[in-house]
Amino acid sequence: MVAGMSAREKLGLAAIAVSLIALPFVLAMAGTAWVRITNFAVLFVLLSLGLNIVVGFAGLLDLGYVAFFAVGAYVYALLASPHFGLHLPFWVILPIGAAVAGIAGAVLGAPTLRLRGDYLAIVTLGFGEIVRIFMNNLSNPINVTNGPKGINLIDPFRLGDFSFSANSGALSGPIKYYYFLLIVLLAVIVINRRLQDSRIGRAWVAIREDEIAAKAAGINTRNIKLLAFAMGASFGGIAGGMFAAIQGFVSPESFILNESIMILAMVVLGGMGNIWGVIAGAVLLSFMPELLRYTVEPAQKALFGKMLVDPEVLRMLIFGLALVLTMRFRPAGLWPETRHKRELDADRK
Amino acid sequence: MDILLQQIINGLTTGSVYAVVALGYTMVYGVIQLINFAHGEVVMIGAMVAFAVITSLAGSALPPLAIVLAGVLAAIPACMAIGYSLERVAYRPLRHAPRLAPLITAIGMSIILQHLALLIWGRNPLAFPQIIDNPSFTIGGAAISGVQISIILLSMVMMGGLSWFVYRTRFGIAIRATAENVHVAALMGINANRVIAATFVIGAGLGAVAGVMFGTYYGIAHYTMGFTLGLKAFSAAVLGGIGNLPGAMVGGLLLGLVEALGTGYIGEFTDLCRWPGAGSGAGWMGERCADGGHFVLFGSNYQDVFAFLMLILVLVFRPSGLLGERVSERA
Amino acid sequence: MTGVLLEARNIGKKFGGVQALQDVSLTIRRGEIYGLIGPNGAGKTTLFNVFTGLYPRDGGEVLFAGKALSLESPHTVAAAGIARTFQNIRLFGNMTARENVMVGRHVRTRAGVFGAILRTRAERAEEAAIRRRADELLHYVGIADRADDLARNLSYGDQRRLEIARALATDPQLLALDEPAAGMNATETVGLRQLIEGLRKDGLTVLLIEHDVKLVMGLCDRVAVLEYGEKIAEDVPDVVRSNPKVIEAYLGTSAG
Repeated sequence: MVAGMSAREKLGLAAIAVSLIALPFVLAMAGTAWVRITNFAVLFVLLSLGLNIVVGFAGLLDLGYVAFFAVGAYVYALLASPHFGLHLPFWVILPIGAAVAGIAGAVLGAPTLRLRGDYLAIVTLGFGEIVRIFMNNLSNPINVTNGPKGINLIDPFRLGDFSFSANSGALSGPIKYYYFLLIVLLAVIVINRRLQDSRIGRAWVAIREDEIAAKAAGINTRNIKLLAFAMGASFGGIAGGMFAAIQGFVSPESFILNESIMILAMVVLGGMGNIWGVIAGAVLLSFMPELLRYTVEPAQKALFGKMLVDPEVLRMLIFGLALVLTMRFRPAGLWPETRHKRELDADRK
Repeated sequence: MDILLQQIINGLTTGSVYAVVALGYTMVYGVIQLINFAHGEVVMIGAMVAFAVITSLAGSALPPLAIVLAGVLAAIPACMAIGYSLERVAYRPLRHAPRLAPLITAIGMSIILQHLALLIWGRNPLAFPQIIDNPSFTIGGAAISGVQISIILLSMVMMGGLSWFVYRTRFGIAIRATAENVHVAALMGINANRVIAATFVIGAGLGAVAGVMFGTYYGIAHYTMGFTLGLKAFSAAVLGGIGNLPGAMVGGLLLGLVEALGTGYIGEFTDLCRWPGAGSGAGWMGERCADGGHFVLFGSNYQDVFAFLMLILVLVFRPSGLLGERVSERA
Repeated sequence: MTGVLLEARNIGKKFGGVQALQDVSLTIRRGEIYGLIGPNGAGKTTLFNVFTGLYPRDGGEVLFAGKALSLESPHTVAAAGIARTFQNIRLFGNMTARENVMVGRHVRTRAGVFGAILRTRAERAEEAAIRRRADELLHYVGIADRADDLARNLSYGDQRRLEIARALATDPQLLALDEPAAGMNATETVGLRQLIEGLRKDGLTVLLIEHDVKLVMGLCDRVAVLEYGEKIAEDVPDVVRSNPKVIEAYLGTSAG
């Protein structure tokens, strides 16, 4: 990726890299909580990039994306906690979670993908609800999910004696996870970029642009759509596994419809199909609760002496408005996709 | 008590509500091929407005029926106004945009309405004040309440009224013509914008009544009630054949029945102790099943799953629905 | 390069109660330009859509290159070697011209998700070949200078050419053009004619649906005429021109 860049771009890239590496230490000065908040923001960037494959590249509306996140989280929780007494290492579980989520995506997508896109939207919406019902009720007669109470004491990531949750010197647990997440994020960005500029990525965009023409041009649209859907789902599964480990605890409450809407808002606001736009949208919206906490809450207290609008409600109203207003006034998002030519690197012949 | 008959009565009651809500989805879809995700929230707001009015009048000297009527009469114009604004402000500007845009807008509007309701009426459910007696009648070993009878009758009246309107009046012909082909209808002098707005307004009006019925049946109204209700009603519309009015009615009733019967019997069907051979042997299964024990895999708490399963089955085996035309892959 | 490329036998198609096509049989030979004409609503585009797998047929069969052609889906037809364009141009508007053509290579290439993610040697080689071929084709149809422009920003005539280039990218044996001259001005039509003649010279078989009778008669080796879903003539242009049935149905009024 670095080849073919101007010196100025290289310099910019280096500056970004240095600041990303230094970031957690700066944040830690303000409190470890800020590092945790940042970690969740990165997690949401990962989720948005996964959903972007489905919505942005292939143009399929998935309204229950958080269900795949939940599948990944529960797979991790069940395989690495005292609940079943299983303690598999994370590098075994994460791929399993990705596979299970991907298969769930394929099974769900198969009946709808030959129909019009609207059906996929409604089926995914329903699926999100179903997964929640199962998480809540699969505690009887065999206790699989532990119901609404959720699963506790989930193992952190461990590599030999190196645990991601414990502090080692200046490296606190959250900071370790931060670097881990950063590496995963980098990998996901590279994967997304490469997919976008590949035979498969072009087929996705072609389907988004004109499905009939894509068929006539020889694309097996059903399979290619299914691939997008399953890939997006498996990204959600991986993010879910990391979420379970970082949080140490999962319960159905973390995987409600509002979360799916939030991820969708990140993708839509940032710019469907544009990786950098989606990242920017995700960062913006994941820090919004904090932003509201420091602006709207004190403002309301100062003006009215009490809280009139609960910040959580305000947040959802903003997400809803973001969806509606973006579609109305800036359908390509704040940072629109620009189709670019794939540079033929020196080594590409 | 006859469980079968009882579940059929319950199923017809909820099914009637699903049918009326489904009409709102199917009319809009028939005319502009849009899933109006926000329709469920319109129904919810209908229930909320009516309950708020009923609660505030509950202490007054008005006769109980007049109070309920006042609630309904307040809910209908409120919902119609919302339905109209939805179309006018959110969807109309996007009529020629790519398909994804109105869908995303629809889900956005749904979230906005839901949280506005939360702001206005709070997180706790509104309870239906006890102002009317709800007499219970016994037929063939099953009970049917006055509320159930009213819901079923009122739904039938509304469905009949809508059918008359759509199939027998000039404006109804305009609606059907627009659904058939919006461009040709426009050439014939039909004002497509008016027709489209009308489908939203009519659907919202019906939805308002459905919301009140649903809330009255369960005794509460809550800002999240529109989501599941909407999802189920949409499934009903697909089951009957989306875009098809009689289909929505049949689909709604059928879904209500399937759900009631499914919920009533799933516990029995998935009780492993009742399966031949499974519960009688030795081992821990035998232990659990001894002395009339149960081993129920899925109980009635899976009620909300049935609608979704129906939706998936219909999409796999008969995407056109029971009464619909072929849903083609038109892009 | 002689012999039959495509043979359709007794193709039938109904829309509701309307018989859009009735027992249509025709034979397209290798290397020829085969014209399909007929008055509006005669079933030309319907037949075309049946051949390319867009509409399911109600009866009959199609032999292509000696084998039964599966008309299950447009992509299987494309894989078998029939490429098409659309009467009302269907491009991928937000992709560049080059990318549009690259999409056409999809059916002849194989790189999958893992190849793309790992950028394997095979994937990179294939990707470079796709790009090279796309550039060649853009050059061939004469819009090489617009390669990096978004398809929706091209002029009408260039969009037609781009659509042909995308079709050619699938390595077809038969190129089916649905009213390619529709909406073109005289200069653009002349250019199009040269392009199609060039295709024949390069050994491609072309099926041409056209409204412009002059273009068809001047360009095609053989012509079939449809009327009310039935074939009423199939021969070289001169014979068709003097066929009384054709004159009565069609030419008598419009071509004089």
